[in-house]
Formats: sequence, structure tokens, C-alpha cells
Amino acid sequence: MIPSAAPSEAATVLELACLLLIPLAIAGIALVNTGLGRSRSASHAMLASLCAVSVAAAAYFVCGFAIQGFAGGPAHTIAAAGKQWNWIAAQPLFLRGLALDASPACLILWLQVLSVGLVALIPLGAGLDRWRLGAVCASTFLLAGIVYPLFAHWVWGGGWLAQIGFVDAAGGAPVQAVGGLTALSIAWILGPRRGKYSSSEGGMPAAIPGHNAVLVLFACFLVWTGWLGLNGAGAMLFGGAPVGALVRVGLNTTLSAAMAGLAAAAITRARFGRPDASLCANGWIGGLAASSAGCLYFDPAVAALAGLVAGALVVFTVEWLDVYGEIDDPTGSVSVHAIGGIWGVLALGFFARSGSPVQPLAQVAGVATLLGFVLPFAYSLNWLLDRFSPQRVAPEGERQGLDLHELGAGAYPEFVIHREDFLQR
Amino acid sequence: MRLTGLLLLVSGWAIVLAAFVMLGAAMPRAAFVMLGAAMPRAAFVAAGVAIEILGLGLVARSHVSVREARR
Repeated sequence: MIPSAAPSEAATVLELACLLLIPLAIAGIALVNTGLGRSRSASHAMLASLCAVSVAAAAYFVCGFAIQGFAGGPAHTIAAAGKQWNWIAAQPLFLRGLALDASPACLILWLQVLSVGLVALIPLGAGLDRWRLGAVCASTFLLAGIVYPLFAHWVWGGGWLAQIGFVDAAGGAPVQAVGGLTALSIAWILGPRRGKYSSSEGGMPAAIPGHNAVLVLFACFLVWTGWLGLNGAGAMLFGGAPVGALVRVGLNTTLSAAMAGLAAAAITRARFGRPDASLCANGWIGGLAASSAGCLYFDPAVAALAGLVAGALVVFTVEWLDVYGEIDDPTGSVSVHAIGGIWGVLALGFFARSGSPVQPLAQVAGVATLLGFVLPFAYSLNWLLDRFSPQRVAPEGERQGLDLHELGAGAYPEFVIHREDFLQR
Repeated sequence: MRLTGLLLLVSGWAIVLAAFVMLGAAMPRAAFVMLGAAMPRAAFVAAGVAIEILGLGLVARSHVSVREARR
């Protein structure tokens, strides 16, 4: 909801400061995607990230904000059972008529342009090494222009989920879970990378490790910094938090990430004999995703618990989806963002302080909407897109690497490429 | 199998949606006394989520079986 009273100057300055940190999270996620992909597609992964953020901003400008709007703004409603249910905003296209000042509505607009850029990067991680650049742009337009704004309106724009009491301070459901479930759709539609599930491996999936662990782990620090801004801005603009509440938000965000990272390190140490760098990075970001929904409402102990569970969930579900679900998700986007985000939303309902008695049910309804509406909707749109223009790159391009195939030059031209990289498995 | 799974996902959501729209908060119904807490809305939401989980399993299974057939 938008705070009813005009914010103080200090609050506005802090909101702006938080907003300025968010691009660090976007850069961090782009680096994670690049580092966990193959070296022969590294340049493509970064360019695709840049294109996805650009297309997302354009789509949100064209029609996204018109669909999402803000609480208290014009909207279309449906009458059912004697009540008006708000289902879509009725703002003009192309941001026409907005004053573009430091009012809460305009700050929310800026936050959403940044958030939609972050959402757009999440499916990229699931489609690494095989998703065409043109298809990335088209799919991102649908996500940022239709799917995300509609769900975000239901949560933050005074929509029906907000009417039944669903709460999300900074995007556990609209940002993390929507991005993660779209990533799941993309992974299903594209199929696994060549050689990932071949009969020669005795039924077990082949491990295709990322090419730069340092990039991935450095990105974790960037993502953490950006998340402090994301959660802080969301808590103030959507949760109506006072300036002093930023301490709680920052502490909860950090505790959740820290405990998730430690949980991932401990579990991988116990299971494999040593900590796994990529799973620890995934756990860390999963903890951040789990903190988003309840960062304003958790006690620090609850935030730590939420992070601990998120870290464990990420480690186990990455393996489970890979082995049993046969979902080739190179960066673990589904586990980190969808499962981490959904766990955070549920934790808010069941463990947050001073929650209303109906809160758990409202949070479950939000998760049911993610699974029952967002996932089929995103899947159907991307399936239709795939029918018109195949989203997956040609087999030759995948063997060659997307850098050479789509961009004409590699990210690391001085490196000798191993012969087996070109062998068809 | 995939289409059935997707339809189950949407159906489960429709049940949850209907539970919130049609059933008022904390309205006990005699028919639900067997559910203990007399919370029809919670029961319908739980049923809807269970159907969604079934649908999710079917969609996931459909993608695995397509790959198994290709091998």
C-alpha cells in the first residue's frame, strides 16, 4: 500500500538511496548467470542480461505500469458475492499523465522499473547455453509487460490478493517466485543442454560445472548490497515502514542470507566432504530471496530460521530437480528464486510477529495463485512463442558455443578451447 | 498428460479463488463439523492446493517421459 501521509524529506532521501542500490543486485544476478554458464557462452550471457533488462524496462514503460498501477489508483473491478474485486489497473499506456516527481506513486514506479529488470534476469539462468538472444528478448517482453505487472497489481496495486490480506514487503512472490516459476517454464520448454541426460551416464545427469566460481562468489556480495536496497525500498514504499524500520530490514536481510549460506556450506560439507562453491552461492541468494517477503515483519531469530531453512531447501531441491525432475537449470534459478521466494512468503504467514489470524491462509492463497495462475500462464505464453519461433538455438550453435554462434566472437579469445568441448556427446 | 497437469493447476487455483470469494471469513458450516475447526475456507484452500500439487507433478512427469521416449 502507498503510505497515506506525505513522506518526510528524510524518508524520501532514504528511499532514493535504497533505489540507487538495486542495480547492484541486477549486476550481481547477471554475473552469477555468467559465471555458472560455460566459458564459450559467457559473453552471450552478459549481453542477454543487458538486453533482458532493457526490454523489461521498455515493456514496463509501454504497458507494464498500465497493468500494475498502484494502490488507490484507477482500476477495473469484478463484482462477486456482493464485493468488488480489483483485478487489473487502468492506468494509461506509456506512463502518460504521471507527474514524475518524488511522490510515493512515482517512487514506486521507479522501484518497479528496477524490480522488473531483476525479474527478467531470473529465467536467463535456467536457459543458459541454449536460449537464443532474440527469444530471450521476446520472452522477457511477455514477462515484464504482462505476467509480472498483473501479479504485482494483485499484491501491491490494491488487487484481490491485497484485499484478502496477502502481504509481501519487498517481492518474495511478485519478484522472486514469478521469476523463478518463469525460469521453470523456460527450462521445461527449452529442454536440457546437449549431453546433460545421456544414456551413457548410467541414468545419472552429467555435471556441467560453471566456468568462473570467483565471478559467482563476488556476485554474491553485489547481490547482498543490492538486496539491502531492494528490501529497504520495498518495506518503505509497499509496507509503509518508517525510517527507523530500515535497521530491522537490513538486519533481517543479512541474517537470512548469512544463515542460508552457512546451511548450504554445512550440508554440502557433510554430503560431499567439502563445501561446494556454487551451491553455497545459491544458498546465499536463496536466503536473500526468502527474506524479501517478510524482511519488515520478521523478528531477527525468525529471519535467521527462514534463511537456515532456505539454504537447506536450495541445496536439496537443486539436486532433486536435476536428478529426478530432469530439469537442467544451470544456475539453480528455480530452487533459489521460486522455492526460496515461496518459502519466504509462507514463513511470513506462519512465523511473522503480530500477524493477523487470517494471515497464514492469505499467504497460502498467494502461493496457490503463483502455482495455479502464474506458472500455467508463463508456460503457455512461452510455449506459444516457441511455436511461432523456436526459442532454442540450433544444435550446431550449442556445440560451437553461443558466443561464436550468435555474436561472432568469444569472451576469452586468448584461451585454448579444449577439443572435447566440441565433441557431440 | 501435460495439458491435464496444466488444467489441474488452474482448477486448483479456481477452487482457492472460489473459497475466498464465496465463503466469508470464519463462517462455520454444519457440513464441515467433521473437519474439526469448522473452517470451510481453509478446507477448500487445502483441497485446491492439493490439486495444484497433483497438477505440478503431472506437468513435471510429462517432461521427463518425453525425454525418456527420445532416448
